[in-house]
Amino acid sequence: MKSFKGRVVSKGNLTAPALVSHGGLNTLASFQKALQFGDKMATCGDQNNPDLYGKQMKGKALCLPRTIGSTTGGLVLYCATSMQRQPACMLFSEPIDSLAAAGAILADVWLTDVNMPVIDSLGEDFLNYVKDDMKITITEDGTVTVE
Amino acid sequence: MNLTSEQQAILDGKSGETLAKVMETMVRYGELFGATSMEKITSDYNHLVTSFGLKALKPVYNLLDQLIEAGAVSQQKFSADPRPMDKNVPSNFIQNFVFNNFMYTRQEDYEKQLQKLGLMADDAFTCTCYMNEVGNTPEMGDVLSWSESSAVVYANSVLGARCNRNSGIIDIMGSIVGYVPKFGFLTDEGRKAKWIVEIQTTKKPEAQLLGSAVGMKVMEDVPYIIGLDKWLDGKLDDAAKTYLKDFGAATASNGAVGLYHVENITPEAVSMGRDLIAEGAQVYVIDDAELQRVYDSYPVIWKNKDAKPKLCFMGCPHMSLEQLKSWTDKVNESLQKFGNKKVVIPTVFTASPGVIKEFKKTPYAQKLSDAGVILSYICPLMYMNNPMSEKMPVITSSNKLRTYTSARYYTDDEILEQITKGGR
Repeated sequence: MKSFKGRVVSKGNLTAPALVSHGGLNTLASFQKALQFGDKMATCGDQNNPDLYGKQMKGKALCLPRTIGSTTGGLVLYCATSMQRQPACMLFSEPIDSLAAAGAILADVWLTDVNMPVIDSLGEDFLNYVKDDMKITITEDGTVTVE
Repeated sequence: MNLTSEQQAILDGKSGETLAKVMETMVRYGELFGATSMEKITSDYNHLVTSFGLKALKPVYNLLDQLIEAGAVSQQKFSADPRPMDKNVPSNFIQNFVFNNFMYTRQEDYEKQLQKLGLMADDAFTCTCYMNEVGNTPEMGDVLSWSESSAVVYANSVLGARCNRNSGIIDIMGSIVGYVPKFGFLTDEGRKAKWIVEIQTTKKPEAQLLGSAVGMKVMEDVPYIIGLDKWLDGKLDDAAKTYLKDFGAATASNGAVGLYHVENITPEAVSMGRDLIAEGAQVYVIDDAELQRVYDSYPVIWKNKDAKPKLCFMGCPHMSLEQLKSWTDKVNESLQKFGNKKVVIPTVFTASPGVIKEFKKTPYAQKLSDAGVILSYICPLMYMNNPMSEKMPVITSSNKLRTYTSARYYTDDEILEQITKGGR
């Protein structure tokens, strides 16, 4: 078991299984099928992401360095959250990028019945340590426990 | 964040709850990146990345309805990305059914929303809004609230405007409050290059391939590119602007580049030179072998890798007037060389409605039509992003289209040969 401390972007407390992407998450490519074609489990559709491709993202503690790709990324995350097809939380090893930040803040400010906690700046060690299906617990102060 | 009294009043709800939430969104967004103030938007027009009435984006339409009902509309007129459908583009019965009845069922409603929010013209739909024929061309130093990645990188790099790589919705929220948070590319420090890219190729590098290589290497950092100027004849003319349009779109989609400097070419590189390079910048050398390595790294995800292409898309981002003219000549010369009168693969060239209008005034338009090439304002990406189109063997020289869809990338020369050589 190991704990990491990051910066809180959107706060929350929860426990969820980890899903790890070592490369950047292409938000549009990853969530497009979930939004357009009714995949409620948000199976990742990004063929260029071998870590996530074909895996279900809904309900997972998504661990990643950053998001990449189309600048629709923020609104895609906002829609996924509004439609309750979002990861349980997003945990960034790096400082958050502008697209993911937009998605996290839009969801936090404009949605009242759902949320997606987001923590960033967890460090490279976090992403090296965490593996798929490890148990992740996050708390409102930005502490992430991996076991 | 240090807000002016006007900004603070909006945040405090003096102009209504909805506008307060818009300001809260922008302030919180900026605070994450260390912004200490909000900067006034100075461009004449905004540009939005979302142009498609996808049924799946219902939460966005609901949000826009909230804004419209509260009178929280854009202080600037704006253009938007290309429309997702055009009946001139070949599509089969199933595709049409899915497009019209399943995917883009909200297109008409969404365009009505855009008009209420401040769309600058009925046909202001293109990803290349910055072209003269469209009329949304920012000035050097203008502060923008744009989000379309290929337009942001062009505006920052080629025009010298100042814009962060914003997300959709943030774009319009900026122009609703009239301010964007000052961080990143809005600051002098944020425009410094953390990478030096040295071009050492033996021929002019393919713009889309070079952009892909640079994007995948530097990701979101700013590159300062040395050695490209000689391949652009040392000047920022229409041909160079077209090259940089395609190069930049590839850097932004294959990585997350929002600004690049090309020595002796782009405006800030011309005025400041190597003072733009940050201390400790890393170096990336690109030669012929490196470009080949990048090209060979692209996965081919067609089920049948030897399938005969059913469609060719050129113009992601939309083609320039100069590009349409030069490609008309290239297609006709190549058809003549291979003894054909029309392209042998259904081929669509895409451009903004404004560019198409100007192109149609030239003799090139008839020549392109005679060669069998379809001219459209469509967004190839939106056409391709569905399971039916995904199964089609589509070829393109756009690295952005390759990245987001199943379209297979070829260089310009390879595309030209494929669409003009042989028979159906």
